[in-house]
Amino acid sequence: MAIDITQFHETFFEESFEGLDIMESGLLNLDIGAADNDTVNSIFRAAHSIKGGSATFGFTEVAEFTHGMETLLDEMRDGSRDVTQESVDTLLQSVDCLREMLAASRDKTPIDVDRSEVLKKELESILATGNNSSTLAASGELKDHDQASESNDREGWHIKFTPHHDMLRTGNDPVRMFRELAELGELIVDVDISQLPILDDLDPEESYMSWELTLKCNVEIDKVKEIFEWVEDECDFELSEIKSETPAPDSAEKVQDTSSEVDTSATLHRAIAAKPQAAKAAAGGKTPANTDSASIRVSIDKVDALINMVGELVITQSMIGQLDCDFDDFDNSRMEKLRDGLTLLERNTRELQESVMRIRMLPISFAFNRFPRMVHDLCQKLDKKIELKTTGEQTELDKTVMEKIGDPLVHLVRNSIDHGIEMPEERLAANKSETGIIELNAFHKGGNIIIEIKDDGAGFNKDRIKAKAIERELIGSDEQLSDDKIYDLIFQPGFSTAEQLSDISGRGVGMDVVRRNIRELGGNIDVTSEEGQGTTFTIRLPLTLAILDGQLVCVGDEIYITPLVSIVESLQIKEEFVNNIAGQTELYKVRDDYIPIVRMHDMFGIGTKRESLEGGLLVVVEGDGKKAGLLVDELLGQQQVVIKSLETNYKRVDGVSGATILGDGTVALILDVDGLIDLSRNPPAPARNQESSIREVA
Amino acid sequence: MSTAQQIDTNTSVDVMTDTDQYLTFILAGEEYGVDILRVQEIKGWDSVTPIPNTPDYIKGVINLRGTIVPIVDLRHRFSLDAIPYGATTVVIVLKVTSDNGNRTMGIVVDAVSDVYNVAAEEMKPPPDFGAISIDYVKGLATVEEKMVIVLEIDKLLNSGVMENAEALLQ
Amino acid sequence: MASILAVDDSASMRQMVSFALKNAGHNVVEAVDGQDGLNAAKENKVSLVITDVNMPNMDGIALIKELRNLPDYKFTPILMLTTESAPHKKQEGKDAGATGWIVKPFDPDQLLATINKVLG
Repeated sequence: MAIDITQFHETFFEESFEGLDIMESGLLNLDIGAADNDTVNSIFRAAHSIKGGSATFGFTEVAEFTHGMETLLDEMRDGSRDVTQESVDTLLQSVDCLREMLAASRDKTPIDVDRSEVLKKELESILATGNNSSTLAASGELKDHDQASESNDREGWHIKFTPHHDMLRTGNDPVRMFRELAELGELIVDVDISQLPILDDLDPEESYMSWELTLKCNVEIDKVKEIFEWVEDECDFELSEIKSETPAPDSAEKVQDTSSEVDTSATLHRAIAAKPQAAKAAAGGKTPANTDSASIRVSIDKVDALINMVGELVITQSMIGQLDCDFDDFDNSRMEKLRDGLTLLERNTRELQESVMRIRMLPISFAFNRFPRMVHDLCQKLDKKIELKTTGEQTELDKTVMEKIGDPLVHLVRNSIDHGIEMPEERLAANKSETGIIELNAFHKGGNIIIEIKDDGAGFNKDRIKAKAIERELIGSDEQLSDDKIYDLIFQPGFSTAEQLSDISGRGVGMDVVRRNIRELGGNIDVTSEEGQGTTFTIRLPLTLAILDGQLVCVGDEIYITPLVSIVESLQIKEEFVNNIAGQTELYKVRDDYIPIVRMHDMFGIGTKRESLEGGLLVVVEGDGKKAGLLVDELLGQQQVVIKSLETNYKRVDGVSGATILGDGTVALILDVDGLIDLSRNPPAPARNQESSIREVA
Repeated sequence: MSTAQQIDTNTSVDVMTDTDQYLTFILAGEEYGVDILRVQEIKGWDSVTPIPNTPDYIKGVINLRGTIVPIVDLRHRFSLDAIPYGATTVVIVLKVTSDNGNRTMGIVVDAVSDVYNVAAEEMKPPPDFGAISIDYVKGLATVEEKMVIVLEIDKLLNSGVMENAEALLQ
Repeated sequence: MASILAVDDSASMRQMVSFALKNAGHNVVEAVDGQDGLNAAKENKVSLVITDVNMPNMDGIALIKELRNLPDYKFTPILMLTTESAPHKKQEGKDAGATGWIVKPFDPDQLLATINKVLG
């Protein structure tokens, strides 16, 4: 009955990628002069596991490639080989290659054979110049060269089997072996108990007997030896053929203590006949795929906390239930108890909510841990000396937020390496230490997580930024801007002050994309800099994507939620500050800015009695660099709301980013500020809504 | 005063012939039917949150135990005269299948009628109504001397809601 | 049928071994390293132990030695999972008291066949 082992593939890939991370960080942390043996051991074990698993689950190219790495690491851990920079670098590159090979195996795309062949040769050459002469031969031991004699005249085998006294101590049982022999053919067993001592001296844990076995079956010698393979060292074993012409066994073939091995390395041999792989599409500068997996590992503590909290909730609920609220009978003491119960309920619910959200949270180390390798490689490439410092790796944030913050972080760190930190000579000339420092700091503040990317490099040159901005016509040539505003310019699309766009970070995928990605997560990014001293980017992110801090606003009879993070300010309209462009677009003057007024009633087809704007409420919002003022009727409270999807059962609606359920059970829509601003510029055709006021469309 | 009823889909069905069960409801005096296996529950009418810039047969969305469910007014959908909602006005919550998976949607009807077994061979193909596109009608059945218009619920709700379809009118 | 202890630091191997054995009607106890395996052997009475060699927190060889020191496990069959590229490990294992070995890579059927032979 064949078991389908493909069901274990996913686990194998997961643990293999983790193993590769362990190998990589271990290799990066190795002290070339004095390698810590525990570290080498853990790197070895990771490689060993991957090799074993890939062979077991049929990924032969991976197994074969890993074999070389494993051999090298094995020698390093038993001391027969020194840990050299060359081997570490080759191993690091092999880790990369292995990552790609595993990803290709998982995604069922072709493996880049060329790359793996190159690295295999490098590994081989290192091994060849080693302290001992191990080779990459898959099966290192001698195959048993016993004659596979095709004796058609063989009638069977005669076996003399005497276990050593302590053979039983290894859990081996002669009866088991005889049973196996009997499966091959007719077996006659003769026992010799002449060595048995008297009962008083008998130790039941020892073996005193010996046997003569006659197997009447023409089987290969290997099949017989196989059965006794495990106990070769623990017994006396004589094996002789019974040939039909000779009635009695003549030359007994003493087979003792052989190191024969049943060949199970067939799978690895097959791999050597490499099948030419078609596309090399997987090759070339592709960063290891950052798979957004649909599963999450949760520490058992979090689950236990959750279970406890639900337990408390149940208790509170039954407590309130017991109050037996009959309205005729209601008195003050019941009221008190009810109030207490509700307070307790509120606390339980809040704790439960926090606990559940924490399940989706993972430490930011998952996002940070790709950077040591990246810094190491880029330093080599650019000939710079940089030390990476990280703090707050245990700071937790939502899994999805973390997956999406990865690319922006990479961009920022690359920028620091590429444009921030100066060449060692420059740094020395500027009285700085030769090695630049890049800091990644993460910590919680308010309901947010703050991530800092700090470098002690060259900082921004204000004049150059200004000049570039003027050149790009982003600002007027005579504009006076505060330092903050100048630094903020780098977030404008297409902005790059690098002299030439290096392939590392100047691909035009600029800071504007970084800011947009962070905004999409409900967060923000700021920068401060000091020329000659360094630059600090500060990212602020919400702790979770499922919850939003919202401002409730009233438009007609409907309640809408405006995300607090988008609100700049709220004010009452004074007619004198309202301007009209071409009789259609209305602008409101807020200090030095003119912002378009978005009439929510018209946008959403809701009736209003309001005639003039005077005294109306304007909520000034900002989205993607643009500002607008939303005209609403009333400001209600602020509260945290749970974001519910509109698209699950309906579809995307312009201007709306989701929905939520208010305390009274009714649904309120959450406004999409960016979407609304776009909509206001391209108003939709009037909906055939019964309550809509008739309004002309431009 | 909203009543919610779960439909027990385990009620026995005639296993001899190819028979299906239908829940029927009343709309402007006519009786319509939907496959009972698609009916998730029946609720009394409660208020709805309107969604901006949608055709007016989409009344809005409701909160159904934490999920946001869109509600379609079938009178509007079939271009029948609107009537004020009353005590018997009912929302039938349906499981709708589309290309991108399953959705939950509700339809507002005048009143719920009954559950009937209809054998496959008893279902007659729909004539060209003119009023409703025959894509949305599975067939006509006669039950207890009444005519029941059996609806093709997936096509009906997917087409209206998913594309900003104009009228059903051909 | 039998209660088997499977010790391996690789989750996918553990899963596969566990699944194959359970599928054949056996009861399986899993452990993630030598120390875990030793604890599990003490807490559960098992009739067979299958253990990997290279593991953190006590490797397979050490585990075998420890098991053989427990009175309940003096004669219990203990099988090591070895790789063909480390033949000396088999000897080490045997010296430590292992009954025998299964060579990696193996498929579930090979595993079951070997188990059945040993369990009798």
